[in-house]
Amino acid sequence: MHQSKPGTLFDKVWNDHVVVAESADTPAILYIDLHIIHEVTTPQAFSLLREKGLPVRRTDLILATMDHSTPTTPVTTFKDLEVAGEGAARQVRQMEENCREFGIELLGFESINRGIVHVIGPELGATQPGKTIVCGDSHTSTHGALGALAFGIGTTEVGHVLATQCLLQRKPKTLEISVSGTLARGVTAKDLVLAIIGKIGVDGGTEHVIEYRGDAISSLDMDARMTVCNMSIEAGARAGMIAPDETTYEFLSGRPRAPQGADWDKAVARWAQLRSDDGAHFDRSVSLSASELSPMVTYGTNPGMVIGVNDAVPDRTSDPSFRKALDYMQIAAGKPMTEYDVDVVFVGSCTNSRLTDLQEAADIVKGRQVAAGVRMLVVPGSQQIKKDAEALGLDRVFTAAGAEWREAGCSMCIGMNGDTVARGQLSVSTSNRNFEGRQGVGSRTVLASPMTAAASAIRGKVADPRPYLQD
Amino acid sequence: MKAIKKIVSRTVVMPTTDIDTDQIIPARFLTTTSREGLGRFAFNDLRRDADGNDNEGFVLNRPETRGCNVLVAGNNFGCGSSREHAPWALLDYGFKAVISTEIADIFKNNSLKNGLVPVVVTADVHQNLLARPGTEVAIDIETQTLTIDDGTSIEFPMDGFARYCLLQGVDQLGFIRQQIAAIESFEEQRPWTP
Ligand code: SF4
Repeated sequence: MHQSKPGTLFDKVWNDHVVVAESADTPAILYIDLHIIHEVTTPQAFSLLREKGLPVRRTDLILATMDHSTPTTPVTTFKDLEVAGEGAARQVRQMEENCREFGIELLGFESINRGIVHVIGPELGATQPGKTIVCGDSHTSTHGALGALAFGIGTTEVGHVLATQCLLQRKPKTLEISVSGTLARGVTAKDLVLAIIGKIGVDGGTEHVIEYRGDAISSLDMDARMTVCNMSIEAGARAGMIAPDETTYEFLSGRPRAPQGADWDKAVARWAQLRSDDGAHFDRSVSLSASELSPMVTYGTNPGMVIGVNDAVPDRTSDPSFRKALDYMQIAAGKPMTEYDVDVVFVGSCTNSRLTDLQEAADIVKGRQVAAGVRMLVVPGSQQIKKDAEALGLDRVFTAAGAEWREAGCSMCIGMNGDTVARGQLSVSTSNRNFEGRQGVGSRTVLASPMTAAASAIRGKVADPRPYLQD
Repeated sequence: MKAIKKIVSRTVVMPTTDIDTDQIIPARFLTTTSREGLGRFAFNDLRRDADGNDNEGFVLNRPETRGCNVLVAGNNFGCGSSREHAPWALLDYGFKAVISTEIADIFKNNSLKNGLVPVVVTADVHQNLLARPGTEVAIDIETQTLTIDDGTSIEFPMDGFARYCLLQGVDQLGFIRQQIAAIESFEEQRPWTP
C-alpha cells in the first residue's frame, strides 16, 4: 500500500484490487474478495455458466443465502414455501439447485445464519475493512460501513464474478460527506441519512463513491453506520464507506468468518491504514450538522422527498413530477405528515432490522398497544438476530402490543414473498424505498426510523417518537 | 450481444423525473428464473389498472407510440434497484435506446451489457425532445451523435470501451477471461487472504 500522494479510503481499497489497470480504451479489471448471492438476481447468471460450460472460479469467496422470495413464516417443507407464491417458491428451489450443482455453500432454511444478504455479511464477519464486495443488489453499499468497497451489480456482472472473480469497472469519483455534531435523543442514523438524501437529492451521488466522515459518524455504533451506508444508493451513489476504527474492530472481533489469533493482529494493522490521508482529494465535498436534525419522514415517492416529522409538506406543485408524487400518496401540500392515519407499520429490511433497531422500536412499544386498525409487522434481518432478540424478550414486547413477529427476510421492503401493503394503504416503514408500488401495488410508503415507525403504530397516525421515549 | 451501429426511430416521451426500476418492472415479476419475455411487464403498474385493463392515459397505450423504439425520459432515469430485469423488460418491449439528462449508474451499466443504448443529453436538447413526442431521431453509436429531425445534431458521451462492445457485439466475459493469467498471478501475490 505505497501511496505516492495522499489518497482517500476509496483510492486505497480500489488500488489494492486492480488486476489490470484501466486505460482510455478499457476499464480496469477489479478483483472481488467477497461475492454475495441471493435467489432473485442469480438464476440467469448460473444459466450463462451452464451455457458456456464454465465452473464457479472461487466458491470459497461466495456467501449465498435466500431472503427476497422467502416466506417470513417458518419453512420446514416445500409446502411451506408456497405461501410466498408459486414463482417465489420456484426461485428458491432453483437457488438450492444452483448452489448444489456448482458446489456453493448455501445458508438455507435450516441455517441459523440465513438472513438478508446485507445483514449476514457483517454479522458473520465475512464483511471486513478493505475488501471489495459485490452482490446483485443495490444495497450492497451497506457493507461500506466496515470500510469495504461494496456495490451493487447486475446479473450479467454476477455471471462475470462467478466465472472470473473479477469485474470490469471504471474508477468512480469520490464525494466526501462530513457530518459534525451529535444526534439528539430520538433522532437516529436513519434520520441522518434521510436528511443527507434530502439535501443532496436522489441523484446527488450519481457516479460517486461517498465517504462519510466527521464526529457524528465516528460516534455511531456499527448498526447505525450500516443504516447510513445502506441508503447511499438512494442518493444515487455507487457505494458509501466509513473508515474502520475501534468500533469496527470491536464489532468484528470473534465473529466466525473474521480473522482469528495472529491473523487478527495482522489484519488490524493493515486495516488501520485504511483512512483518507490528510490532504486527500475528493471530487466533491458536502457538510452538514447532525445536532439540529429532528426525526425525518418521507411524504412522496422517492427518498429525497423528506421533511422533519412536524414540518409541513412543501408546495412545489408547479412541478408535474412533484404533483404526480403527491397525488399518488394522497398527501396535500401544506400539512404535516402527523395528520395522516396509518394502516401498516413495518420494522425490518437491510436498513433497519438489526438488534439495535429492534431494541429501539421495542423500547417505544413496551407496555403499550398498537392502535386499533393498524397492522404492525416486525421482521428481524437474520435468524441470529431473531434469536438474540428473543433472548432479550423483544418478541414478547412486540406480540404483547399486538404486533406480528416473523422469521428473517426482506419481507415488506419489497413485497416479493407475499408480505405486502394493500392498495391505498399508508405504511410507515423502516425500509429504504418509498417508490410507487414498492411495498405492493398501490401501496403508499412513508420512510422513517424504527422509533418513528413504532410511535406511529401506537398513535395510529404518523408520530414524532420523542414524546414516546421511555427510560 | 448483437452488434449495434445505428438506431433510427420515433420517440416516446415520459417526462416524469426519477423513474425508478420498480416502475420499469415491479418486483413481483422478478420471481422469474429466465430473462426472456419480460416486455409484457414493462411499466406494468403504469400501463394497467388494478383489474389488468389498459390505462388509456398512459403513453405506451396510445396507438401513435407503437413501433417507437427510443424512450425520452425525465432526469435520473433508472434509479433504485440494480435489477437487470429493467433493461431486459425494456429491450423485450422493443426499446433500443433511452435518452435523458441523467441515467442512474447501475441501470446504465446493465443497459450497456444488453445492448440498450443510454444517451445522456444537455437540458436544452432534452427540453426540445420532451416538447415534441414522436420526433424522429437517429442515434449513431460509431460517431456518438444524436440527430433530431429538426436538423439538430449533437455528440453524446459514451465510454470508449462500452462503445466498442456495442459496435462489435463483444462478449465481456470472454474479454475478462483473456486476462486469466493476470488474475491468477494477482491471487498468488496478494498480501492477504480474504
Ligand atoms: S431488505 Fe429490501 S432493500 Fe434490503 S436487500 Fe432486501 S429487498 Fe433489497
